[in-house]
Amino acid sequence: MPYITGGVRPDWTAYLAAFADAGADLIEVGLPFSDPTVDGPTIQEASCAALARGATPASVLAELAATRAGVPLIASTYANIALRPGFAGDLRRAGVTGLIVPDLPLDELAGLSVPGIEVALLASPATPDDRLAEIGRRSQGFVYAVSVMGTTGERDQLAPSAAALAARVKLVTGLPVLLGFGISAPAQAAAAAAVADGVIVGAAIMRRILDGAGPAEAGAFVAALRAALDGPAVVR
Amino acid sequence: MSSITVAPDAGHLAGRFGAYGGRYVPESLVPACHAVADAFAGAWADPGFRGSLAGLLSAYAGRPTPLTPAPRLSAELGVTVLLKREDLAHTGSHKINNVLGQALLARRMGRARLIAETGAGMHGVATATAGALLGLPARVFMGERDVERQAHNVFRMRLLGAEVIPVTTGSRTLKDATSEAMRHWVTDAGEAYYCAGSVIGPHPYPTMVREFQRVIGEEARRQCAAELPAAVPDYVVACVGGGSNAAGTFAGFAGTAARLVGVEAEGGSGACRGEAGVLHGSQSLFLQDEHGQVKEAHSIAAGLDYPGVGPEHAYLRDQGRARYVTAGDAEAIAAAVRLARAEGILPAIESAHAVAWVIRAAGTPALPAGSTVLVTLSGRGDKDVTTLMAQARL
Repeated sequence: MPYITGGVRPDWTAYLAAFADAGADLIEVGLPFSDPTVDGPTIQEASCAALARGATPASVLAELAATRAGVPLIASTYANIALRPGFAGDLRRAGVTGLIVPDLPLDELAGLSVPGIEVALLASPATPDDRLAEIGRRSQGFVYAVSVMGTTGERDQLAPSAAALAARVKLVTGLPVLLGFGISAPAQAAAAAAVADGVIVGAAIMRRILDGAGPAEAGAFVAALRAALDGPAVVR
Repeated sequence: MSSITVAPDAGHLAGRFGAYGGRYVPESLVPACHAVADAFAGAWADPGFRGSLAGLLSAYAGRPTPLTPAPRLSAELGVTVLLKREDLAHTGSHKINNVLGQALLARRMGRARLIAETGAGMHGVATATAGALLGLPARVFMGERDVERQAHNVFRMRLLGAEVIPVTTGSRTLKDATSEAMRHWVTDAGEAYYCAGSVIGPHPYPTMVREFQRVIGEEARRQCAAELPAAVPDYVVACVGGGSNAAGTFAGFAGTAARLVGVEAEGGSGACRGEAGVLHGSQSLFLQDEHGQVKEAHSIAAGLDYPGVGPEHAYLRDQGRARYVTAGDAEAIAAAVRLARAEGILPAIESAHAVAWVIRAAGTPALPAGSTVLVTLSGRGDKDVTTLMAQARL
């Protein structure tokens, strides 16, 4: 599942088709928030760029509603946006099927009302077993396994904590387990695919886009990730 | 679109002040929050811990701080002003009360280091001080703009052995420093202790910091009983950024008839002009635009330059138990100068906001002539001399 910060460039929706053509199974669209406390420098910069362009969560969702991506779209944003009235309707009108809210843990989930939208929960290497079991039970669509104790951002290699967490999550859920945070290159994606059902790649894509990569170039990177996931050497 | 919906039935949950509060943190920090909550509950019920803290507060921090009558200002204003002198606490502000408690807790939890954010630098200095005292290295996040305007405190922190990390994102003030401290906490949650500087953040921080600051209100209550014929002042006033000195002061008077007044900076008035939202781990009142983006605050007082308030203040506002008002940059500067000249006490510009409201309101229905008013001076103005040199019209 590749990620893009909605509104980061005027032509940002063109990346969605490029990602789908490159073999993305799902696409995560970040709705920009002023204080992205779970994100590292790259996605902070992307959010800031989107807001500076005048993008808002509502404008990003309105643009999505007018776009055909060809694969399911998952929105991600922060609790301050997700808890606002009318948010669920905006998501549905945009054709979004799932939602990730990284600062809304299990305990605060009761405050979120987005009927018709699957809310995927995050699991962390620090999550104890009993809590992990509840996350496995209550997550919808997939479980987002946070591979490392940190913020989003590129890292040199897949954290050792990733495989251990993926295995633990697999024990408590029948849903697909997607590994994210720090997965930056095809080789890491391949390693992640050996222990999980898929990967989420955000900062590595956004760094390319912030550096000027157009839809074709960013799509080629997604295609390389896809090829690594499908590679014959990978044990699924 | 209006701000987020406040769930009315959340009051029974731990860490809630009515609908406000809670624990809105990434999953990676949930176990760390649980660990702090459990450790604090154990420590606060342990006479040994309370004794250690009380010992440090008296022998190290200089408590109790005095209650000082302000006779000349009182005569000028027609109200009886009493000052609770947190400016006389070690390190120059009330921040030391909270930090000594949290640093002792960090040591009890076996944590190796302290992480903190700071605005004016007073919490950073207090954290660096407690770190030096207890042998815990401190890493302090501070907005680049505050690093510039509070250079004196930056040097004090470094002098005390702390590492000061300038934060260059967003408004480069307290809001962004807090975000960056929380990002860093995730990477070091196993060994570092996050030492929040105000009654903000995820549960248990708003409650815990209030309890560590309660000493201000409890001392003041006893001192007022000795000083005032009526035992309790008519009004209790404190400045509010996140709101820790106010929360601690108010805690001592919650059960009395005293009217509680929190004074925010005009450009950082979360309680007066904020809407319900979620930031930095709790649901509270924040300055936001119509799309739910949190606005930047603007105040000459770095310690009040924050777009929200702690969740308990949001609750006290809704309940009508406390009233929140604002004071502007210029009147705060004028109030600092006036207090210095009338009483020989130079308050921090933050604290001067509380004094400014008293000066403006005295003799009006908001603070009728003849009233008694307790004002918490949260800190001293030494750190603000450079700002005052540029701004004060002497």
